[in-house]
Amino acid sequence: MQIKDHHREGIDFSNRAIIAGLLVIAALLMLIGRLVQLQIIDHEHFRTLSKDNRVKLVPLPPTRGLIYDRNGVLLALNRPAYSLEMVPEEVDDIETTLQNLAQVIDVSEDDLERFHRLKKRKRRFDSVPIRTNLSIEEAAGFAVHRHRFPGLDIKAQLLRHYPYPDETAHVLGYVGRISKRDLETIDSSNYAGTSHIGKTGVEKSYEAVLHGGVGVQQVEVNSVGRVARILQHDKPLPGQDLHLHLDIALQKVALQALGEHNGAAVAIDPNTGGILALASKPGFDPNLFVEGISSKNYNALQKDPDRPLYDRALRGQYPPGSTVKPFVGLAGLETGHISFDTTVYCPGFFQLPGHSHRYRDWKKSGHGSMDLDAAITQSCDVFYYKLAHDMGIDKLSEKLSDFGFGEKTGVDLIGEARGILPSRDWKRAHRRQPWYPGETVITGIGQGYYLSTPLQLAAATAAFANGGTYYTPRLVDYLQTRGEEQQIPIPAQGKPISIQPDNWQDVHKAMLNVTEGVRGTAKRIRNTHYRIAGKTGTAQVFTVAQDEEYDEEKVAKKKRDHALFVAYAPAEDPQIAVAVIAENGGHGSSVAAPIARKIMDAYLLPQMGLDPNAPEEAIPTGVIAGEE
Amino acid sequence: MAYDPHQLGDLTPSDPNRRQGLLAGFHLDLPLLSGLLLLCGFGLVVLYSAGGEDFAQVQRQMIRLGLAFCVMLIAAQITPSTLQRWTPWLYAIGVLMLVAVLLFGEVGKGAQRWLNLGVIRFQPSELVKLAVPLMIAWYLADKKLPPNWRNLLVAAALIVVPVLMIAKQPDLGTSLLVASAGIFALFLAGISWRLIFSLFGIAAAAAPVLWYLMREYQRQRVLTFLDPENDPLGAGYHIIQSKIAIGSGGMYGKGWLNGTQSQLDFLPERHTDFIFAVLSEEFGLVGVIALLSIYLFIILRGLYIATQAQDTFGRLLAGALTLVFFVYLFVNTGMVSGLLPVVGVPLPLVSYGGTSLVTLMAGFGMLMSIHTHRKLLPR
Repeated sequence: MQIKDHHREGIDFSNRAIIAGLLVIAALLMLIGRLVQLQIIDHEHFRTLSKDNRVKLVPLPPTRGLIYDRNGVLLALNRPAYSLEMVPEEVDDIETTLQNLAQVIDVSEDDLERFHRLKKRKRRFDSVPIRTNLSIEEAAGFAVHRHRFPGLDIKAQLLRHYPYPDETAHVLGYVGRISKRDLETIDSSNYAGTSHIGKTGVEKSYEAVLHGGVGVQQVEVNSVGRVARILQHDKPLPGQDLHLHLDIALQKVALQALGEHNGAAVAIDPNTGGILALASKPGFDPNLFVEGISSKNYNALQKDPDRPLYDRALRGQYPPGSTVKPFVGLAGLETGHISFDTTVYCPGFFQLPGHSHRYRDWKKSGHGSMDLDAAITQSCDVFYYKLAHDMGIDKLSEKLSDFGFGEKTGVDLIGEARGILPSRDWKRAHRRQPWYPGETVITGIGQGYYLSTPLQLAAATAAFANGGTYYTPRLVDYLQTRGEEQQIPIPAQGKPISIQPDNWQDVHKAMLNVTEGVRGTAKRIRNTHYRIAGKTGTAQVFTVAQDEEYDEEKVAKKKRDHALFVAYAPAEDPQIAVAVIAENGGHGSSVAAPIARKIMDAYLLPQMGLDPNAPEEAIPTGVIAGEE
Repeated sequence: MAYDPHQLGDLTPSDPNRRQGLLAGFHLDLPLLSGLLLLCGFGLVVLYSAGGEDFAQVQRQMIRLGLAFCVMLIAAQITPSTLQRWTPWLYAIGVLMLVAVLLFGEVGKGAQRWLNLGVIRFQPSELVKLAVPLMIAWYLADKKLPPNWRNLLVAAALIVVPVLMIAKQPDLGTSLLVASAGIFALFLAGISWRLIFSLFGIAAAAAPVLWYLMREYQRQRVLTFLDPENDPLGAGYHIIQSKIAIGSGGMYGKGWLNGTQSQLDFLPERHTDFIFAVLSEEFGLVGVIALLSIYLFIILRGLYIATQAQDTFGRLLAGALTLVFFVYLFVNTGMVSGLLPVVGVPLPLVSYGGTSLVTLMAGFGMLMSIHTHRKLLPR
């Protein structure tokens, strides 16, 4: 039985192979039958589905969340914009159509040129814009003649609009068309149908929240491309609205107060870290970027020597100058290197033991005998030269870092600068050099390598003002879905700084004397309504040689000192902390302090039921101040 | 009856000592090679359109095809008797690797298919696609055909073990191909028709059990196949769009690079599993019939080679490999045209990708080897 019959098996196998071959042919015939059914019998049906009556999945882009200021003023909204577009495939004679179109609507040479340029890039069945930004009248005018132009249609789109362009350009940033680079970072299916994306500012940092989720609509469209029937509809999830801590009125005041100076002013609520104003001057018109800025306009912005695209409040790094003195003084008290009654004699300069180099005081004749209060009130440099030298750079930078210097604040914006808090480690890492004692001396007055952003300075001032909690600065207060009651708050994040209450009181009093003392460097801003604690600063841009003298008149404006002022008020219960930098403004006392005063007035006086624009009452000198 | 080569028909087998030209010298079969080259050429043309006119992609595919042809060339040099000696080892290695995959394989796209050998990542189920028909052919080579019940049960076990392991990965498409390879070998070995029909009956009865064993996504595919309109945005989307693409192509197609379904991104996976829909849309029924003709030519040539083989091992192996190639074709085209549920099987030698390419071409190399290494009995 088990003997193989090779011949028989060969024939059997051939039979089976032939059967298999026939089965293969039968199966393929069945397949071809199926294809005949699809491609010949039902061809019309599928052709209709595919072309004339194409079933389209139309992505429904969500509407972008709106942005409000703290008082509910709308800062970023979506405005309908109309464009006229053509699907070249559906137009028989494009040139004639365009000629006829000119009788109905204005089409410029530029429009035509752009149309032909875009048409080449796109496929025949893609829609190509002929005119963008039609007025409602133009759109309606075309609609009347629409039947004469198959393949042409008005497309309505919501475009972002910023009603306070100059005030919000740096804070909100702007949206622009999605670029190739943007596509790498987003889920492109969620952006199907979305044309714009946040490029800078709040628009970028809160992109995920503002954008929302895409919806889908399955529609049948007829031969001229109009939706005949909606088959299925999944609603998009609209973006959430943002409510900012920012007060647009205050922001406006801050920019106005800066006057002709470039610079920045930042106001923070010391109790929450909420940013009340974040002004950078000059600004620009972010609306230009929404529709795509022309290269002419962009070049103008780029080449402007005042650098309007540069956000000084967030990225500008300035030597903080004398505004760090309260922090250095506090560090001295906390580490026990000085007490409140420690005095230093100021002859107008400071010398390191065994060195001849003179670190000059701004007051050539010297301040005489100085304690901490006088050294803050009158901004004596020599006191801090000595204090910094006594403390050494390690302790000094450790204490200053508590106030956020040299670190990003963590504000809810992208691209803030870190600033520089000089230290041995920093210098080794970035300059590959050892630390020299002389560098400690000038760090004590906020010069040398020391750099700080206006935002860092304001956040540090706010942390001092509230008695020692460093709040991460925040622009957004809460999120809200349109039509819903529920508010989703962005919680304040505070980090305690250890400060002895006595030491805090000492420095606080000295800062009050800056505005209230007879010799206070900012006494001109005191007023009858509320008390201000502050500190002036003047940051050197231009290094004066040892034997030369700084002469404001002779130095070109670009090289003039920056004027700085930090302050908080009301002194008893601080509600606002401010940092002002007026570039090349000269002196903190005469230029920056009045700017800060205007900002604080605008915020505090209305809360007291007073008009910040009322003419100022004359305050007789010596009425408030007693100590000096 | 004694073996008589002259009874095989009027086609006298070529004398292996009288080598005919360069092709025969390399043990290549000219008709089969021509069919394969024609098919791959056609495939590249469609791929250029399906991939959105991405020439770099076409180049990558050409490199893969080149490699696969090299594998075929090497396989053609291995004599059937050598192959027969290796078979049990290949099968054992394949099964062990499948065990390894289940134990420590890498997970990709929700399934565990890859084995990382340090240097290369390897998909053992590809090896098994060849090892199973080889093993059945090897096992039945010296048995009397048609096989008795005992031999049949052993052969069935040899098929079922790797198939279940691949299904467990889970890889429904590949387990189907491997199972069909074994079943075709048994069919060609001459199992009785009564058995074949009763197996069909059992399969029908076992369907509910199978349903219970399926993973959620596999069940979804079957449901979608039964009623694609039910889920037009989800799983049914593939089939609806694919049918629209094919149907709208009509008799002569919309022309190369002009398929709106494919070019407008309506069609998913259009350069891989659904490339047949692109071809149907752009070249129409005429193009489809042209393509199927090439496939049919290759399959018939394969079956012819099988009938010309001189021993059971060669016959069963050549026949099974050829019919698996057909299963590839039919499962893919059936899926794309909505005849069968969506199973991840590429259109052989046309779809973009290299994994199955090498296996297929190795199989064709074996076919050529079987055909060109025939020996004439001494006259």
